[in-house]
Amino acid sequence: MFEIFGIPSQALFGQLLIGLINGSFYALLSLGLAVIFGMLNIINFSHGAQYMMGAFAAYLILQYSGLGYWAALIVAPILVGITGIIVERFFLQWLYKLDHLYGLLLTFGLALIIEGVARNYFGSAGLPYTVPESLQGGRNLGFMFLPNYRAWVIVASLTICIGTWFVIERTRLGAYLRAATENPTLVRAFGINVPRMITLTYGFGVALAAFAGVMAAPIYNVSPQMGSELIIVVFAVVVIGGMGSILGAIVTGFGLGVVEGLTKVFFPEASNTVIFVIMAIVLLVRPAGLFGRRA
Amino acid sequence: MKKSIGLAALAAVLACGGANAQQVNVKIGVLSDMSSLYADIGGPGSVAAAKLAIADFTKDHPNVKVEMISGDHQNKPDIGTQIANQWFDTDKVDMIIDVPNSGVALAVSQVAAQKNKIFIVSGAAASTLTGEKCNANTVHWTYDTWMLANGTGKAMVKTGGDTWFFLTADYAFGHALEADTAAVVEKNGGKVLGKVRHPLNTNDFSSFLLQAQASKAKVIGLANAGGDTINSIKQAAEFGIVKGGQSLAGLLVFASDVAALGLPTAQGLVLTETWYWDANDANRDWTKRWHAAGAAAAKYPTMIHAGVYSGITHYLKTRLAMGAGEHDGKSVVAKMKSMPTDDPLFGKGEIRADGRVIHPAYLFEVKKPSESKYPGDFYKLRATIPANEAFRPLNEGKCPLVSG
Amino acid sequence: MERVIDPLTKKPPVWRKQSEIIAFVIMVIALVVAPFMVYPLFLMQAMCFALFACAFNLLIGYVGLLSFGHALYFGWASYLSAYAAKVWGFPPEFAILTGTVTAAFCGIVAGSLAIRRQGIYFAMITLALAQMMYFFALQAKFTGGEDGIQGVPRGHLFGLIDLRNEMTMYFVVLAIFLAGFVFIYRIIHSPFGEVLKAIRENEVRTISLGYKTERYKLLAFVLSATLAGCAGATKAIVLQIASLTDVNWPMSGEVVLMALVGGLGTIFGPVAGSFVIVAMQNFLGEHVGEWVTVIQGGIFVACVLLFRRGIIGELAALLRIRL
Repeated sequence: MFEIFGIPSQALFGQLLIGLINGSFYALLSLGLAVIFGMLNIINFSHGAQYMMGAFAAYLILQYSGLGYWAALIVAPILVGITGIIVERFFLQWLYKLDHLYGLLLTFGLALIIEGVARNYFGSAGLPYTVPESLQGGRNLGFMFLPNYRAWVIVASLTICIGTWFVIERTRLGAYLRAATENPTLVRAFGINVPRMITLTYGFGVALAAFAGVMAAPIYNVSPQMGSELIIVVFAVVVIGGMGSILGAIVTGFGLGVVEGLTKVFFPEASNTVIFVIMAIVLLVRPAGLFGRRA
Repeated sequence: MKKSIGLAALAAVLACGGANAQQVNVKIGVLSDMSSLYADIGGPGSVAAAKLAIADFTKDHPNVKVEMISGDHQNKPDIGTQIANQWFDTDKVDMIIDVPNSGVALAVSQVAAQKNKIFIVSGAAASTLTGEKCNANTVHWTYDTWMLANGTGKAMVKTGGDTWFFLTADYAFGHALEADTAAVVEKNGGKVLGKVRHPLNTNDFSSFLLQAQASKAKVIGLANAGGDTINSIKQAAEFGIVKGGQSLAGLLVFASDVAALGLPTAQGLVLTETWYWDANDANRDWTKRWHAAGAAAAKYPTMIHAGVYSGITHYLKTRLAMGAGEHDGKSVVAKMKSMPTDDPLFGKGEIRADGRVIHPAYLFEVKKPSESKYPGDFYKLRATIPANEAFRPLNEGKCPLVSG
Repeated sequence: MERVIDPLTKKPPVWRKQSEIIAFVIMVIALVVAPFMVYPLFLMQAMCFALFACAFNLLIGYVGLLSFGHALYFGWASYLSAYAAKVWGFPPEFAILTGTVTAAFCGIVAGSLAIRRQGIYFAMITLALAQMMYFFALQAKFTGGEDGIQGVPRGHLFGLIDLRNEMTMYFVVLAIFLAGFVFIYRIIHSPFGEVLKAIRENEVRTISLGYKTERYKLLAFVLSATLAGCAGATKAIVLQIASLTDVNWPMSGEVVLMALVGGLGTIFGPVAGSFVIVAMQNFLGEHVGEWVTVIQGGIFVACVLLFRRGIIGELAALLRIRL
């Protein structure tokens, strides 16, 4: 047991692990955002609200059908993904020809609506949701007590992130998607239904947000404002990673989680500003983000 | 501004010649947070409580005519100030009540003093309202930070929780709550082992909780509020803090927060409140009527709602005693302070010179799920703190009205 | 380059200068008469926000830069003005000046960092800077934390005029608002303004014509920040309070909403938009209490999809004039 900068190594490793866990949430959320921006050029400001919808869906699924966490992990993203598809068909598709910023404003408005409605029906304090039995408890790792649920979070998040990256970067479907973003007309000429792909991609991005929401429900307070508190940070992550880059979002998500964790140890009061400081620096030095392709 | 409920006197009664039935006209404004963070602890529930208070009083005293309007300050001091000004100036409101959010409450308190009207605070916690920032137009009901710190702090130390670690929200309210509680802990023979300050609206408390665990303090004091408190408690359960033998002391927790957490997560939490819906039959009956008056079915009234009821009742009693005609704010408040308070919810109490309402406080512990018999059955009573001990002593507040 | 504004009309605008002057006269008359019919404090608040929205609109409507962190200038000017009036005892005109200068300074610093990027990255940098300054305001002692700086004295203007009289204060605020508005108008209809519009249309070509676009953008940014600061500083004296709400990011979002509802890229748009939004916040609260956020969101959506030109923009298109 030795000390680094006055903090015992045990505490440090503990905080690093926690940082990694938080990073997995950031990675999951920024993955959805990066997919949507990278593929569709839409800045989805309602991502936080959709994350919240995922958590609420998990609660409602439990209340009304008695299905627990594991079912919710699959059902909630599908349900919320469907609402995403509806949003895309009814609202977003009119904005593709315009400047990105209209998409941002529209999704910002949608986020306000979703949050307001949730607050009116469910109140602002929050709803109870507990860790599923199979994941309760934890093990003492020596340098810290690691709840089983947190270990699951890392595993699940890594799996989804790597899976998504693989599909987009290494499979034929992903290739079609990427091609469709760069040159939709040509890809359509090949007979591929581009509008449908776009719709489904948006739905997938939204489903990712909802998945993160279900994962968050047992440990974070399920309240209408849970998304808006997180969304700005997630945007910072995506911007740092590079707005169109899937890998960038994943790596930056985990990385920033660790950085935030370390800040919480050495300088806790600044732990929510450190991400913005880093974002400002990265944007000035490498404008396209760490892994970005477009300037 | 025109959602007026005209709970009017029966003109017929007067027409029948009630000789000493002087008409007293009063207009009350319920200013709360209807749509954001504090909508559950205040909000539409406060409006429902106000309706009940007015209905109950005018039933017994038909010569008092009360008009009520409500407004939403959205937690913005600008809007709160604007509405208060407009209500006092243009809409002829005599008294404003509720206002959760200390920042807005302090602003409205100033406006009330400027316009010489009345402000009864039920929702806000800042003890400066009856301390440095006190004035002759403001009365502070229900609770304040000093009472919370003293109630929970002293009671925990006396029952064995003598080493503390604080998890504090890094802003003025959090610091004040931490400082007040630390002072109480040390005065009663306890020791503060350490503290960690977290940014406001933090999602993830794991690193802070790890530090709290490592300190081995018997009590972890949560000097934060709202979502931060809920997240701290939820994650503390995850990390097995309470199972590991440490206690959690929630320094500002309402019944609505406990409902949000659910009993499995919140069990064992110790907190102080001045009113609990399930404490006795009178409160239970009132709660039923509160639901009927328009509050949401799934929610439970908090002490703030009870404070609104109690405050309006006492105000109306005072106005009745003063008779018909115009009375300026200062004289009404002075009269309110001279009459002892008594209502079915808070029992007997009094308003001190600094505007602080004194009533007993209760130390509660959240029940285990197995101990809870029905929805809303959250608390068991651990201790009662008598009224004269529950609040900050009159001479310690630095209120200009007190120190001669 | 990215253009945010659709061209208002393809036909050459008819009665261009006259329509703007007529509209200005109508606005002045309305504002002079209004306090006798509508509660003056509400009007003053609306005018402060109108100036704020006009300043914001200068950047987005005429230079094409969406700033998502304009609350920084509004809020910090508000704090410094409040502090100067309350603690340093400055008379109101110096307090407002202090606030405005603070905002200008913040604008220079933030602008030189943010101008280097465009589009969404520009917006994100402004947001990041605003968030950092929000957290700083949260922690700093002098801002009073979440209580804010309260009880700011109205004082005596020039040592003579007592501003506690609502009507007197009203006309002072009206004067400040009109001065700011006219100043913005002059900026837009000046050679400098033409270069800004050229930058919005096609920055590369403007550079190729020999203009140092970075400098123009920075100057526009600083002017926008300064005027936003003037609005904030005045608001602090009017409402006698400066709080965290003024620097928080929902405030930045609100000014975007005001400009959008009124009409981005029109001169009178932000004024109309801010009056509508402030009225909504103050008066709608009691009727539809819980639904205010939802309604605001709905307005955003409706404006983006259907009324992209905003109230004034649609009106102008209908009448075929320039507003």
